[in-house]
Amino acid sequence: MKRRKLIDQITSGWMLLCLFVVLLIPLVIGLGLVLKSLPILQLYPLSELLNGSDWKPMAGHFGFKPFIVSSLYVTLISFLIAAPVCLLSAIYLTQYARRWLLNLMQPVIDIMAGIPSVVYGVWGILVVVPLVVRLASVWDLKTSGYCILSGGIVLAVMSIPFILNILIEVFQTIPTELKEASLSVGATYWETIKFVLLREGFSGIMAAFGLGISKALGETIAVLMVVGNVVQIPGSPFQAAYPLPALIANNYGEMMSIPMYDSALMFAALILFVIIILFNILARLAINHGEYRC
Amino acid sequence: MLRRKQIEEGVFKTLAALATYLIIAVLLFLIVVIFKQGYRALDWDMITKVPQGGYYFGGEGGILNAIIGSFYLALGATGLAFIIGLPVALFMNVFLIRHRFWLNRIRFFLDVLWGVPSIVYGAFGFTLMLFLGLRASLLAGILTVTLLIVPIMIRSIDEVLRTVPKGLLESAYALGSTRTEIAFKVFFRQALPGIVTAILLSFGRGIGDAASVLFTAGYTDYIPTSLSQPAATLPLAIFFQLSSPIPAVQERAYASAVVLTLFILIISLLARLLSSKYKEHTIK
Amino acid sequence: MSGSIIRIQNLNVSHKGIPILKDINLTISRNKVTVILGPSGCGKTTLLKCMNRLIDIYNGLDISGQIHLDGEEILNRKNDLTRIRQKMGLLSQRPYPLPMSIFDNVAYGLKIQGVRNRTELADRVEYYLKQVNLWPEVVDRLKSPASRLSIGQQQRLCLARGLAVEPEIILADEPTSALDPLSSTCIEEQFMKLKEQYTILIVTHIMRQARRLADHVIFIYLGEIIEQGPPAEIFDNPQHPTTKEYLRVGH
Repeated sequence: MKRRKLIDQITSGWMLLCLFVVLLIPLVIGLGLVLKSLPILQLYPLSELLNGSDWKPMAGHFGFKPFIVSSLYVTLISFLIAAPVCLLSAIYLTQYARRWLLNLMQPVIDIMAGIPSVVYGVWGILVVVPLVVRLASVWDLKTSGYCILSGGIVLAVMSIPFILNILIEVFQTIPTELKEASLSVGATYWETIKFVLLREGFSGIMAAFGLGISKALGETIAVLMVVGNVVQIPGSPFQAAYPLPALIANNYGEMMSIPMYDSALMFAALILFVIIILFNILARLAINHGEYRC
Repeated sequence: MLRRKQIEEGVFKTLAALATYLIIAVLLFLIVVIFKQGYRALDWDMITKVPQGGYYFGGEGGILNAIIGSFYLALGATGLAFIIGLPVALFMNVFLIRHRFWLNRIRFFLDVLWGVPSIVYGAFGFTLMLFLGLRASLLAGILTVTLLIVPIMIRSIDEVLRTVPKGLLESAYALGSTRTEIAFKVFFRQALPGIVTAILLSFGRGIGDAASVLFTAGYTDYIPTSLSQPAATLPLAIFFQLSSPIPAVQERAYASAVVLTLFILIISLLARLLSSKYKEHTIK
Repeated sequence: MSGSIIRIQNLNVSHKGIPILKDINLTISRNKVTVILGPSGCGKTTLLKCMNRLIDIYNGLDISGQIHLDGEEILNRKNDLTRIRQKMGLLSQRPYPLPMSIFDNVAYGLKIQGVRNRTELADRVEYYLKQVNLWPEVVDRLKSPASRLSIGQQQRLCLARGLAVEPEIILADEPTSALDPLSSTCIEEQFMKLKEQYTILIVTHIMRQARRLADHVIFIYLGEIIEQGPPAEIFDNPQHPTTKEYLRVGH
């Protein structure tokens, strides 16, 4: 009996220890990135780093604006493509389609979410880049195809499984009786969706979009492979860009050889970390808010 | 008036159906393109040999180094994540079950952690590696990927454990079991199929992720024989070969993509099969 | 304006071969309160949902037979569903206010019909909220979300929402089962008042409620109509053994 008690105590202790280790992870990550970014933060004011558009590490110029703008631009394009597709599809799957289509969609979503980033990148190079070149030629625009639009399309495809999965759940948790209430006063099915379901699921839909955006912001390899990686503040979607994750991934090789370079890259990681954590917290709060209401 | 409503509904219903079929079509198209482009360079040598001299100029050899490297890495990271993750998930569902306040907060926290992108883990892993005095190596890669998949592991197991009926917990208490015994004998067994799925899911993430191992695992043409040696990984093998200007090497990148995609498809399929097969033996 | 408003002939509903409703033949009289009585899960709600075709949104149900509303065949696919549904207001077991303000809940059906004039909307919302005795309680917070009302208030709001589209029939599916006794009484009083203008069809398993409200009682058991007639006959002199048993146990 004593032995059993002892084992119980030891394992409980071990479990608690593991929990604390896990809880410490983000703190340690944040702390580590802040410590590593301190050198550059002490040398230049924050506003200059975020607002400057001059990037010449050899000369000691570190302006992050081109990278931040690129990241936001690519993410925006991907959002504009993925959001309506996912919303429409989730509506179709949960409201109009037959049961088997929804059942078929589950493995489709699983596989799409499971395919590695680098494979999406390969697909982007093979399919999306030539497609964008052809699209640009319609308006007589010159592009290599390695540009913001390509990055946006690849990112959109990658974020679809994540957004769609949450949206399906959002629509499934809306009670049928609410639909019946709307239908029974003479609304058509589409009016019911438009005026009642979209409103009832609003916070959940926003959360799904928020999580999709934060997923897109942090995506690295696939975007890096098709986005062109030119340091500039891009104007048209057919121009190349250089998002933050690509900056970090592309330059790790030489970051120890140039002064302040490693600190600058860690600062880039810190920016990403902070933005994405914020987006995630907001989106998750929106989801929980939705749950509490029901 | 009614006519207009019907047209509006028809238009949107069609659009919604199109969006759905578009998603399925894109996935099929993606798989077809990858396989069609990759099968030409795919031969037995590709998956059974390490790169020989002049491989990166179109010479003899294969990507066995990357296949084995990825396998070691994902295996190590999944094992480590399991050792950390299982106790946490069990702790949450056996010990914290009456503390909804903390349980909700921990779940929230893990979900947020799940959202942190792998490139941030990669950058942090690199910092950690320097701090610990390691070089780019299998060990550093495993540690970084472990950080990446721990939240996935915990939340997936947690979701399974949540479905274990509360009555089971109470009847086990009534028999005089300690909480540890309940955790491992009752919950663990009940949730076993779900746990296997969680492990496979984490393994898939570990094998496919590139951004986190870019800094930390290094790259080598040899199969690592110890934890302190660098290790090649499949995603990076694809990435590096694709950036080569030589067409023959690019072809091999496509072939490598086929290998990686196949792994992921098999893992996905296996997870589905296992979870549906074992479901029969658990108490609902 | 008397006689029958709904006539149901040979209605059968089944789910994957298992019958839910068996050969229902029924006539429902205009401006009367008809109560459908029976134990839980015997198909009462399904019968109700056939009448306004809400049954359509459930997958895998086979329906055959005919339902005539004012001589019009409801189950005919060609008919305009929204117009048929507008003729019937629905009150469900629990109140489900739409996710919008109190005002918009009542105005919703009117806006769907194409009423855009603001003063007309305001007038009609006021009229129907007064009709269900909710107006004094909500007059100073019409713009606040309907979900903040108490559950009894919500149920009256749902009644007002249904009345606002000027139906001929009110379908009520155990409308008081989620309410406290006071709110229940309130809803029952509404029904007594409303039967002057509307045909009311109530599904319930509460016998006392049936006795209080009904002009005509239909007793359903396991998907079949066992017995029907005026409440005095059904309650005081039941013919069928199943009805007798149910009445005995239920009291």
